This record gives sequence, C-alpha cells and structure tokens, in this order.
Amino acid sequence: MSDQHDNATAAPEVQGSAVSGRPTLEELKERKARSRRRLEHTGEVMTISMGPQHPSMHGVYRAELDLDGEVIVAVRPEIGNLHRGVEKLCEQRTYHQIIPITDRLDYLAGFVMNHGYCEAVEKLMGLEVPVRGRYIRTIAGELCRIANHILWLGVHIMDLGTQTFFCICFRDREYVLDLLEMLTGARLTHSFGRIGGVAKDLPDGFDHRCRKAIDFLPQRVAEYERIVKHNRIYYKRAKGVGIFTSEDCYAWRVTGPTLRSAGVARDLRKDEPYAAYDEVDFEVAVEYNADVYDRFLVRMKEIRESCKIVRRCLDSLPDGPFVARDAGRTLPLKKNVLRDPAAMIQDFYQVFEGPQVPKGEVYRAIEAPKGEMGVYIRSEGGAKPARIRFTTPSFYHGQAVPPLVEGEMVSDMVAIFASIDVVLGDCDR
Amino acid sequence: MSDPVAQFVFLLIKAILMPVLIIMMVAFIIYFERKFAGFFQGRVGPTYLGPWGSLQSFGDIFKLLSKEDLIPTRADKPVFRLAPYIAFIPAFLVMAVLPFGPVSEETYLFGYQFDYVIANFDTGLVLFLAMGAIAVYGVVLAGWSSNNNYSLLGGLRAGAQMISYELAMGFSVVGVMVMAGSLNLVAIVDGQAGNFWDWYFIPQVVGGLIFFIATIAELNRTPFDLPEAEQELVAGHLTEYSGMRWGMFYFAEYVNLVVISGIVATLYFGGWRAPFEVLDFIPGPIWLLVKICLLVFLYMWVRWTIFRYRYNQLMSIGWKVLLPLAILNLVVTAIVVNVVG
Repeated sequence: MSDQHDNATAAPEVQGSAVSGRPTLEELKERKARSRRRLEHTGEVMTISMGPQHPSMHGVYRAELDLDGEVIVAVRPEIGNLHRGVEKLCEQRTYHQIIPITDRLDYLAGFVMNHGYCEAVEKLMGLEVPVRGRYIRTIAGELCRIANHILWLGVHIMDLGTQTFFCICFRDREYVLDLLEMLTGARLTHSFGRIGGVAKDLPDGFDHRCRKAIDFLPQRVAEYERIVKHNRIYYKRAKGVGIFTSEDCYAWRVTGPTLRSAGVARDLRKDEPYAAYDEVDFEVAVEYNADVYDRFLVRMKEIRESCKIVRRCLDSLPDGPFVARDAGRTLPLKKNVLRDPAAMIQDFYQVFEGPQVPKGEVYRAIEAPKGEMGVYIRSEGGAKPARIRFTTPSFYHGQAVPPLVEGEMVSDMVAIFASIDVVLGDCDR
Repeated sequence: MSDPVAQFVFLLIKAILMPVLIIMMVAFIIYFERKFAGFFQGRVGPTYLGPWGSLQSFGDIFKLLSKEDLIPTRADKPVFRLAPYIAFIPAFLVMAVLPFGPVSEETYLFGYQFDYVIANFDTGLVLFLAMGAIAVYGVVLAGWSSNNNYSLLGGLRAGAQMISYELAMGFSVVGVMVMAGSLNLVAIVDGQAGNFWDWYFIPQVVGGLIFFIATIAELNRTPFDLPEAEQELVAGHLTEYSGMRWGMFYFAEYVNLVVISGIVATLYFGGWRAPFEVLDFIPGPIWLLVKICLLVFLYMWVRWTIFRYRYNQLMSIGWKVLLPLAILNLVVTAIVVNVVG
C-alpha cells in the first residue's frame, strides 16, 4: 500500500460490492451525488455564521454557511483564529527547546506530536534510538491515540444531542490520562519526547496499572458499541451521511481514520514503520462505506488495536537505555547531571548551545491519531532550524469541510465536522 | 349543601393554590432534573445552595431576576416582549381542566360539596390541545422577532414540528375519547374506575405510546429538541433572550412538563385513581402527584439517554409513522368499542 502515498492519483483499493458491505467507488459516488442533488433546486439563501463561539464548533473554527431552509448550499471556512506563529517560534529555539511547542499543536495527543518532531530531527541527525526508547514511545503514542479517540467519540456523540455519553467517555478517558500522567507527569502537554529517546523510563508500577487499564478498555469499547453502534437514531443520523470517497480523500489530502473508513488501508505505522510498530503485530482498521458511521467504527477498532499494541509492547519490553547516549546531540539524564562532571558539561552545552545538527533538509511523517502528521526541517547547521514546517492533519481536514457538507443539512454539519476530527491548535498552529 | 358562596370561595382557593403549588413543584423539578442528569452522567449535580443543593432553583430565579434586561436593537420589540407570555400562560390554563380528585355530588370538604377540579366542562381535552397549539406561537414568535438567523431557524423548526406532532397527538387522544365516550377529563378518569388493569394504557397501548412520543416533541425535549438544538442552533429561539424573559421560557417548559405529565396520567394511567381499589383510602391528589412525578422522571430519563433526530427524520417519523399508526389505532378502537360495547 505504501506506493499510494507517492502516487496520489493511483486507483484506491476499494473492494467490489460482491463482498457484502463493501460498495465500489462508483456506488459511493452515487450515494454522495444523492445528497448533492438537493443543491439543484435551491432558492433564496440565508447566511449564518457558525463559530467561533458556536457551542459545537471544535475550538475556534468558523464557517459561514449559506442555507436554503435546512440544506447547506455553500460553506466558507475560516481558520487562523488560534494562530500562534508556532513555526516562526521554532526558528528562534534550539532543537531541544522546540519539543514543548510541538505539544501545543494537537494538544489532545501531545506526545504524538513530540514523537513526530523527534523522529524528524533524529532522521536529520542520523541518530539511532535505543530499542527501549522506541518501545516506550510506542506505548505513550498509543495511549495518546486511545485518549484522543475516546474524547472524539464523546464530542461526536454530544454533537448528536446526548450529553450523558460525553460524560461516560470523559470518565474512561481519565484512566488513560492517569496512565499518561504517571508516565510523563502531565495530562495534556506531555513534552515527553527527547531527541534520541524519551524523557523518563517507565515508572514503578506502571506496567501493572497499564495492563489493568488496557484489559479494561476493550470492554468499555464494547459498551460504547452497544450504546452507539446499534442505536437506531445514531444509525439514522450517521449512516450514509458525509460520504468522502477515497478519491476525495486523495484530492483533499485527507488521511487517518477518514481515509481508512473509505476502504484504503493506509496507515503509516504499517506502511512506513517507525518506533516499535514493525516489531509488534497489529491490524489496520479499515471500513468501506466512507460515511460518519464507518469513521466511528474505524476509531473503535483502532482503540482495540492500540490496546493490543500497548500490551505487546509491555510484554516484550527490552532492557537497556531509553535515550541515546550521544554527548554532542542529546540531553544527559538529570540524575547524572548532579553527580557526574561529564554529564554536567554535556547538559550545560546542550542547554546553552544546543545540539549541533548537520546541514540538510528532512521530511518525516508519522501516524497521529487524527491523520498523517509530517514535519519538514531545513537546517543550515547549528543548533536552530532554519525553517520548520508541520503538516498537520487538522489543517487538511478543515479545508475539506466544504466538499464534505455541501448538500447536507445543518444538523449533519455538526456530525460531519466532528467525524473528521479537527483540533484547531493543530490546524492553525 | 351546595352553597354558591362556598363554591366561589373554593374556586378562588383552587385557582390560586394550584398554580402556586405547581410553580413550587417546578422549582424542585428543575432541581431534580439537574440532579438526575448529574447522576446519569456520573456527576453530583448542584450541591451548594441548601441541603444537597435543593434550593438551587431559587438561586437561579434570583440570579435571572437581577440580570439586565437585554433586547437586541433590531428586534421586533413588542413581539419580542410578548413571546414569553404566549409561551408561559397556556401552560397554566391547562391546569383548569385537570381533575385531581373525585368530582361528584357526594364529595364534601369541610361540610360543603367540593369538586376536585377547577373547571369541569365537557371539552377539556380540546382545551388541552388548543393550549398546546397556542404555546407554540410563543416559540415561533420568539424566533421570528429576535432578528437572529439561528432564532429564525429554531422558530421555523418549532412550527413544522408542532404541525406534524399535534396531528398524531390529536388522533391518538381520540382513541381514549372513543373509549370514555367523552372529551371531559373527569369523565375519562371515571371511565378508568377500578384497578390498574382497567386503566386505558392497556387497551390504548399504541395510542398511549404515540401520545407519549408526541408530548416529548411538544415539550421540545431530546430526541425532539430541534427548536433549541444546542449543538446546531446555539439555543434556537432562545438565543437572544436573557434574564427573566429567558427564565419564563425555561419555566414554561417545566410547567408544561408537569401539566403534560398530568394529562398523560389522566388519559392513560387512571388520573387520581389508586392502582388497586383497596388503596382508595389514600386521597386522589396524592396518587396524581405520584403519577406525575413518575412520568416526569420518565421524561427526564428519555432526555438524558438518547440522541437527537435530524429535522427531516423527525418529519418523516411524525407523518409516515406516528400519524398512520394513530389513525389505525383510532379505527381499531372504534370498531372494537362498537362491536364489544
């Protein structure tokens, strides 16, 4: 599947409808056209401004909707309300100091953002991460993915009108956040990644608590499915709504669960493995109907797979260092800094001068919970990047809103917008 | 003794006491709604004001009363001011026909003949339907006069929803009317005399369910809370309202909840009658109160459990499912009543 990334126009892998429940691309297009047919007889339009203070807009996204009755005729999205100049800020900082900034991109999966950035820097430096470090990264990343998907589910369902389920999801997310807090010391902005590894080793008792949580979470997922998947109203609200075929996904660079719900088994964890993903066995969640309902199914499957990945990582967690020992490019362990003169010098050098990075440019993408998160770094030598660019999934998902919702109804707008999972910190940067 | 002076005094007392009692009750029902919502969601709900937060509603009322009275500059001001009253008053008028105890020549209170109903007249059920229809004008006018697109959408949705659900509601009620042979709520309760298996919810199970669903739509509660769908229309028709004007809509919603629960209890669950004849020594008002509370809880349960329908789905349920079923129910009831009775 990895060649699809290079060739965006390649025919996507969509199974024929001979296999039950797997519609062909033509059938999906036909279904999509059905909702767009509502646009043919539009009369006078009324413009409403949805967001940034709208209760269901995720973050500060604003959309101007042209409505004909309840049908959305046109959408003009507006982003940038949360722009913080992250990329410019990064140019002023050493490679170590950039890590906390990356947390603030997709703050719902902070560690994954650290991870993507660190992977890129390591690729630029040619630095090898120790095996234990890679395993811990995998564990933390998958926990972030679980937390992100559970939060997504709660918010998505709340947009469809039930607040109770939102609270259930938040309760379960707490278990994951507690684990992350234990591991990294923070609930949202972890800043746990380090160039060459991670900040800390697994704490005592983490293994036991983590196993308890990941044994328990699939049961919760089963309960979500019992509540939501077979709910008649949810089925009616989500099935066949917001269809975005694999072709559309390629055209708008939509990745992640939205792409996988369109029948494309594209997952960077599998296609371009990083961290420990090539050493653990897991399945890529794929669904075929490309609608809101299948995006829900994909995410539920992914939570299960993430639990599996975490369990396997814990099972086969190797011993050894969790961060590369490279005096010129990585930070030393804090406990050594206070005892060992060499480590102190290294710490001093890294903090004041920064790591020395060779000239060159690099692009590295990883699979964030929301889609593919890429980092481009251009270095002209020295401790600070000359240019850094984050290609975050939410930006591309946010721009795909008009083709997604035009022809649908106002009520679907909130459901579809939630289903593609946009976080504005990630989008505006 | 049927003393006209005593009758007039009783009427005054009933007409004043009943709204006051229901307003007090509503204050606590709002508290319980929030408390139950908290329990359903794994939270604790209000806790600060009074024991277990039970005085929360009174705090809210004082807060709303002390707020600035805002009217948007471009709103249609007279209509904007009028709309809360249109929503508020009809809810109370329905109370007049709600029997809360026996109505006959033989019931006495303090030695005088006493009717446990404010107005005993033959078209009580029609009054209920009419008031429900008028209350919707409050929502529609609020949405229209606010000069806000979200409000307008909310008002339009309310209007469309009302038309589709009042019909199903009306037809489902006719089933009860056929069985009781009267539109008078007093006569309908008398028709359900006996134990709980004599109540109309057993023969009228289809009609009762349709009526219950239609009343949810009438009350604008999930899954039919489209006019004020928070996630879609901000607050729908209430978007521009604040302070006590908003409070009146909110209050009217809960008064409606109590009154409609009372109507459901009266039509299908024997009104003030005890579930077993042996329990008749407990007075009728208490039974009615118990039934109202249980039904209110049911409404809350539904509200905090399920999803919201989409606008066109709501329409298709109203027109394609509920209305035909209600008519079928009416036809079957009419045939059975004619053949058997």
